Amino acid sequence: MTNDSVVTIQNLVKQFPVGGDFFTALKDLSLTINKGEFTGLIGPSGSGKTTLLNIIGGLDSPTKGKVSVLGQALNDTSHGERARLRRKYMGFIFQSYNLLPVYTVFENVELPLILNKMDTDERRSMVEQAVESVGLTDKMDSRPNMLSGGECQRTAIARAIVHQPALVLADEPTANLDAENSHHIMKILVRLNQELSTSFIFATHDEKIMAYLRRIIHLDDGEITEDEIIDNPKARD
Amino acid sequence: MIRFLTKGLLRDRSRSLFPVLVITLTVTLVIFSIGFMKGTMNSLLLDTAVILTGHEKVVTRAYNEESQLMPNDLALLDVDQLINNLEQDYPEFFWSPRITFAGLLDVPDENGETKAQGPVLALGIDFFSDESREVEIWELERSLVSGRLPENRDDALISSKLADQLNIQAGEQVTFIGSTMDNAFTTYNFTIIGTFNLRKGQTDKQMMLVDLSGARAALDMDNAASAIFGFAHSLYYDDEAAVALRSKYNEIHSDSLDIFSPFMLALRDGNQMGSMVDISNAMMAIMGGIFLVVVMVVLWNMGLMSGLRRYGEVGLRLALGESKGQVYRSMISEAVIIGLAGTAMGTGIGIALTYYVQENGIDYTKGMEALSSSSMVAPNIFYAQVTPDLFYIGFIPGVLATVLGTMLAGMAIYKREMAQLFKELET
Ligand SMILES: Nc1ncnc2c1ncn2[C@@H]1O[C@H](COP(=O)(O)OP(=O)(O)O)[C@@H](O)[C@H]1O
Ligand SMILES: [Mg+2]
Repeated sequence: MTNDSVVTIQNLVKQFPVGGDFFTALKDLSLTINKGEFTGLIGPSGSGKTTLLNIIGGLDSPTKGKVSVLGQALNDTSHGERARLRRKYMGFIFQSYNLLPVYTVFENVELPLILNKMDTDERRSMVEQAVESVGLTDKMDSRPNMLSGGECQRTAIARAIVHQPALVLADEPTANLDAENSHHIMKILVRLNQELSTSFIFATHDEKIMAYLRRIIHLDDGEITEDEIIDNPKARD
Repeated sequence: MIRFLTKGLLRDRSRSLFPVLVITLTVTLVIFSIGFMKGTMNSLLLDTAVILTGHEKVVTRAYNEESQLMPNDLALLDVDQLINNLEQDYPEFFWSPRITFAGLLDVPDENGETKAQGPVLALGIDFFSDESREVEIWELERSLVSGRLPENRDDALISSKLADQLNIQAGEQVTFIGSTMDNAFTTYNFTIIGTFNLRKGQTDKQMMLVDLSGARAALDMDNAASAIFGFAHSLYYDDEAAVALRSKYNEIHSDSLDIFSPFMLALRDGNQMGSMVDISNAMMAIMGGIFLVVVMVVLWNMGLMSGLRRYGEVGLRLALGESKGQVYRSMISEAVIIGLAGTAMGTGIGIALTYYVQENGIDYTKGMEALSSSSMVAPNIFYAQVTPDLFYIGFIPGVLATVLGTMLAGMAIYKREMAQLFKELET
């Protein structure tokens, strides 16, 4: 474990109760992810990607093993502390965007800053910056139902990075998008990764994403089958 | 955050406008139907109160013992003084003397020979005082079938049933044959100036209404009365208050050793009226209870549904780092606000509506006459009644049920593993 590690996982087991029995979704999994990495968890549906991502995000708890995220051992933290960790240092991107329909792009992106109790002026400039970095400045006052799928996901990205988190977790972020939009999104994420030195962890089985990743962790049936570092991702420059 | 949530609440009509309307509507319905039930029950009680018992009735102790016999030899004396005292001590009621007497009514032909004769139940009530509300509470203007109301001491109204039986018309003279309060034989001539129909079954079969002054003249009852009737100014019978008042009055003014001392009876003390009051209260409690429960289930469900519909939002807010407690509390406060707004509006509208029907009534006289024979006992006008509990009763379903529903939905969300919320959120 180095100071540069963002996520450290040791012998993680996750079981779900099924009927009277248990289903083991993650089997004795160990893993370290370092600061600034652009990592993908790749594997077929049901291989445990989402489960792993949820545990890293503190949304679900491990059955066995140690998980520490951003220097905090999740096993020892309360719900409230994990909520604080998410609020201050993490961003989430979902397959289905999860924008709040009654709020404008600006307001959706503003929400994490409100939860962090920032004052209005500071919020405004940070939201504007985040929205600009995903190229939606002209849609700032639109509601989600006026946006295309790609624009929705870009809004969700702005929301995930607006408070400049150390770690962004993205679960199938391109699954609902066409090829062109997928590439557009990934290019934005690559740029943000470089500019903000934010770490990204993706869960995906989308080939298009893989072409951008710097590290690919293959999951199958709850186990890591391969962990490859890619020095020159195909899709970059 | 509060501003942010308020903005969302106002924009999302399915979360604000719609529930507020539903709550307003149901609360209006609750209040009006309870007010309507109370009003209808009350007008049934009032029918009896006007004819027999008053909301309160003061008689002598001895009269009370033998009230079946209408013993006017045991009547109250010094009635003006008694009424003055009652008005001073219990201004929440209005007090009016009455003489109830029975005898024979003799109808002479041109030669003074008896043409027809029959028993009569006569009531001397105060037609002439400015402050008297007898004409109003008897609804005489509406009940008048022919002729006019009494204007002179010897004017009398008789029920149309009695008029048919004796075959007399307005304008004719009749002779009352009976006994004075000193038990002396007496005859007294009244002029029939009109007929009435109370439309309350056989109650008025043998009834004659005369002014108090006429009754006093006929029975030698100067400044005396069979009873003093008291009614709440609103005409609403409040059983608890009435019972408390009569107990207090009797404690102060009634002497169990003096058979001529005054004795007060509440409506419920009259023949079988106690069980009628109890039954009507129980029925109302049951019906009101069932109704409240139904409405609560509806609103509860709405609270639950609108809570559950927001799984997505809840999941997202948790992911963005709000604690479950915060999300839960904000959902509850929202429900409280919505519930309060809807209930306040519903209470306002419900009470206004109830008040309107209380003042104006819904007149079914025409429909009733078309539907049934005139002997059917049914209220002809439905009244509603605004009572103090109507001001808060709506809050039980309006706020409580809505909030409980939301709490339940919140609990469901609370109990779920957070990750599970996201699974559901992904679909
Ligand atoms: N709450 C749960 N209860 C029972 N089984 C679950 C639950 N969540 C996930 N699983 C199971 O765990 C396995 C991994 O699920 P998941 O992490 O969602 O896979 P992926 O995201 O890779 O498609 C699947 O077989 C799934 O059925
Ligand atoms: Mg998944």
